[in-house]
Amino acid sequence: MNLSLLIIMPLITALAVVFCRTMGGIRWVSLAGVSVQLLLSFGLLALYWRERAAGNGAAMLFEYSHAWLPSWNIRYHVGVDGISVAMILLTAVVMEAAILVSWSIKPMGKEYFILLHFLSAGAYGFFLSLDLFTVFFFLEVSVIPKFMLIGIWGSGRNHYSAMKLALMLMGGSALVFVGLVGLYYSVGGLHGFDWVAIGQMHLPAEVQRRFFPFLFLGFGIFTALFPFHTWVPDGHSSAPTAVSMFLAGVSMKLGGYGCLRVAVFLMPVAAKEYSPVIILLATIAILYGAFATMMQSDLKYINAYSSVSHCGFILLGIGMLTRTAITGAVMQMISHGLMTALFFAAIGMIYDRTHTRLVGQLGGLLKVMPFISTVFVFAGLCSLGLPGLSGFVAEITVFMGSWQRAGELYRLATILACASIVVTAVYILRATGQTIMGPVKVASYNGLGDATWNERLAGVLLGACIIAIGVAPFWLSDLLEPGVRAIMDHAGNAFGIK
Amino acid sequence: MWADIVLSFRQELIVTGIIFLLLFIKIGSTDRGSGVVLRLVNLLLLVNLVLGFFPGPDAILFSGMFHTNRLVVLEKNMLNLATLIISLQGYEWLRGHRQVFEFYMLLLATLLGFFFMISAGNLLMFYLGLELSAIPLAALASFDLEKRRSSEAAMKFILSSAFSSGLLLFGISLLYGATGTLDFGAIASRLDGTAFQLFAFVLVLSGFGFKVSAVPFHFWTADVYEGSPVTVTSYLSVVSKGGVFFVFVVTLYTVFAPMAGSWYRILVLLSVLTMVTGNLFALRQDNLKRLLAFSSIAQSGFILAGITGSSRGGEASVVYFILVYIFSNLGAFGVVSFVSARTGRESIQDYKGLYATNRWLSWVIAISLFSLAGIPPTAGFFGKFFLLMAGAGKGNYVFIVIAALNMVISLYYYLRVIKAIFMDSQPEPIGKLKIPLMSNIAFLVCVVGIIMTGLVGEIYEYIYSLSKGV
Repeated sequence: MNLSLLIIMPLITALAVVFCRTMGGIRWVSLAGVSVQLLLSFGLLALYWRERAAGNGAAMLFEYSHAWLPSWNIRYHVGVDGISVAMILLTAVVMEAAILVSWSIKPMGKEYFILLHFLSAGAYGFFLSLDLFTVFFFLEVSVIPKFMLIGIWGSGRNHYSAMKLALMLMGGSALVFVGLVGLYYSVGGLHGFDWVAIGQMHLPAEVQRRFFPFLFLGFGIFTALFPFHTWVPDGHSSAPTAVSMFLAGVSMKLGGYGCLRVAVFLMPVAAKEYSPVIILLATIAILYGAFATMMQSDLKYINAYSSVSHCGFILLGIGMLTRTAITGAVMQMISHGLMTALFFAAIGMIYDRTHTRLVGQLGGLLKVMPFISTVFVFAGLCSLGLPGLSGFVAEITVFMGSWQRAGELYRLATILACASIVVTAVYILRATGQTIMGPVKVASYNGLGDATWNERLAGVLLGACIIAIGVAPFWLSDLLEPGVRAIMDHAGNAFGIK
Repeated sequence: MWADIVLSFRQELIVTGIIFLLLFIKIGSTDRGSGVVLRLVNLLLLVNLVLGFFPGPDAILFSGMFHTNRLVVLEKNMLNLATLIISLQGYEWLRGHRQVFEFYMLLLATLLGFFFMISAGNLLMFYLGLELSAIPLAALASFDLEKRRSSEAAMKFILSSAFSSGLLLFGISLLYGATGTLDFGAIASRLDGTAFQLFAFVLVLSGFGFKVSAVPFHFWTADVYEGSPVTVTSYLSVVSKGGVFFVFVVTLYTVFAPMAGSWYRILVLLSVLTMVTGNLFALRQDNLKRLLAFSSIAQSGFILAGITGSSRGGEASVVYFILVYIFSNLGAFGVVSFVSARTGRESIQDYKGLYATNRWLSWVIAISLFSLAGIPPTAGFFGKFFLLMAGAGKGNYVFIVIAALNMVISLYYYLRVIKAIFMDSQPEPIGKLKIPLMSNIAFLVCVVGIIMTGLVGEIYEYIYSLSKGV
């Protein structure tokens, strides 16, 4: 399969949107475009399985490589393994849902959809890239669309949030840049930025020690690494619904993916040495995020802070460096992506109708909008880790993997992370209970309608994926297994952990 | 033999030809419509540009005074392209101006000066070219004849320019004293890095520093940029800076090659100072011309970072970045110039709500600013990436960290403009402006250039294939 199709498709859709005359045309063209992407990604999954079933054991499948800038040894190099296939599926699903809930966006609908498609093209490109130059390229591509989407169509203090997000993410990519340049010159420039080629060699420990912090911190900012998480609550709560979904669902995962695939994979020795720091920061993020959520009264802030907490699990899993924990971390990326997108979608639907997101002003929504309320509760239950839904599967894998790492610090971190679930349960149950149960607080709410067909479709799509992972997690873990094994194999004895 | 000389001299000859043509038309009749002249000049510049794509053989003429090779032809062509774009963008402003002939004669004289300067193989020739460009530039800076600020700008420019020329001349005379020659190659072979030579180098460097507005020689920049007509400002920021940087690279990489170890540190320091100062001052500017002036100072810092690499990639990245910079800066200045010519409004506040009335203009300036900020997929991203990659070649990572953080700072002030255009509103937004064909062509060239120069890797590779490094 020609993987570049996945990058080109959103761009073609964006181009088609440029030539649309009516708002209806723009919507349908966008929907058609993302649906083709969704089909392509499921097709990719099927092809990937077929290759693997046929015994193709190559690390990367469907590779395509083209010399782009030979004097710097920069190549356009794409390819996928299980982890990238999973991330691409996530992107396609979230994007489909995001377009569906953007049905009534105004003003400047055309620009909105074009920027959204650019955003997704960046995410696809990032997950497909096997050359660190294009990794960096696609990482930065997404910064400006985010800024514009939040700044123009957002609400609240959106200008401030947009600026904060753009600058912090740019800071993250500046660090990534320094790390990549360091990597480039430490391998003599001969291998250029080729992830595969650099991955086959063992970098000297000295180099790893020096450049690991740049790469991990840089990517970490994208995934709300404490104390650089402050863009998350502001950015997510100011953004329009679809952008919140994409930001929390996909964009934050760019960071986790980069931490794992670039920093930890290429520099296992340094990963081992820095892992106490990573774990400390991740644990702080988990606890701080959870307790900060308790204090929030705005539904979007609740989900945004809980994202900080949940993304802490990703970093915790990566930092623990055991096979199970890393698998769990990737599962958490997928699970959290779906769950948080669904949560933001439900919040957006509620807000569109009631024009408030404050928990105290809502109540009894189950009576007026049963479908939306159900989706809302469903997302909440996934967030607090109800068995049968994806959140449970991912988190328990992270915890089990974390427990395999011996040592007081790691044990303590695991226990604290587990304990945070209780806090999660408190804020989720409180928020959902006050919002949908009880009497209808404002009389005018009684006349509000339930979800429209497009909103229902978005909810069902995301919900189905959550259940699919929750009930049958093995297909996902099987998908991720070769990628995780490659990381463990490359590390060899460097991790020093079974 | 004459055919050879004419061939290697072609670009200079055509520009000289245009100047004389204008002179004859001017003397012959006074009531010729300025629109015809504008179109004629633009057409001839276009011819020169197209011919420039077919470089002649490498040659050294006039006993080493004049060098030409494919890179030099390319560099001249880039300056020619920039002049053409500026001329197209200034169409509106010039059509209403009484002294169109004089404007073009001065403008093309500076261009000719830069051409000779780039081709110089001898310090004498270099200085001649520099002065040929500097003096008409001062006259151009005061071309808004009835405005006091414009005269003030010209005064500041001529004073600082004279001062820097003085420093440069002093440096050149010291170099002559140290080596007994003015030829680039011969100087290089006789330099050994004594303190005396280092002193001469510092003087030459200061002279260059003024011209490219490197900190601490940048004080004239913002005032001159703000006071001059925007068309001249774009010329100053792009053609003048680009031309001087081309020569600067040659001077450092050939003449001062034996002292590479000494100038590396000075240049790193200069680069850091320039980008930090330019960025920090740009943060507080409300006038777009001043903001772009400080941003262009910061960009100079980045170019200096690329030069410190002193590798083949370093030279290529500098030339490439200037190409990118031509498109990006002229896109931004073009919009500012157009809006200023039509409405007289230049501050960020004036641009609030521009997108609601002028979509195409807003996108042109937005894409240009993204490119200046180094955001992919614009060419500015590639330009900055290569400059910093080249700069990192010596393993000085502290320097690269500072440069990378400067990219973040610079993003803030570019985004301030974007925010005003796309997100803010005001009671009296700039009304819908009708864009004449000429300006539209110029904008289109800039936008296409910004997008294609980056994504088409062959452009950089071509420049790289012509570069030599130290």
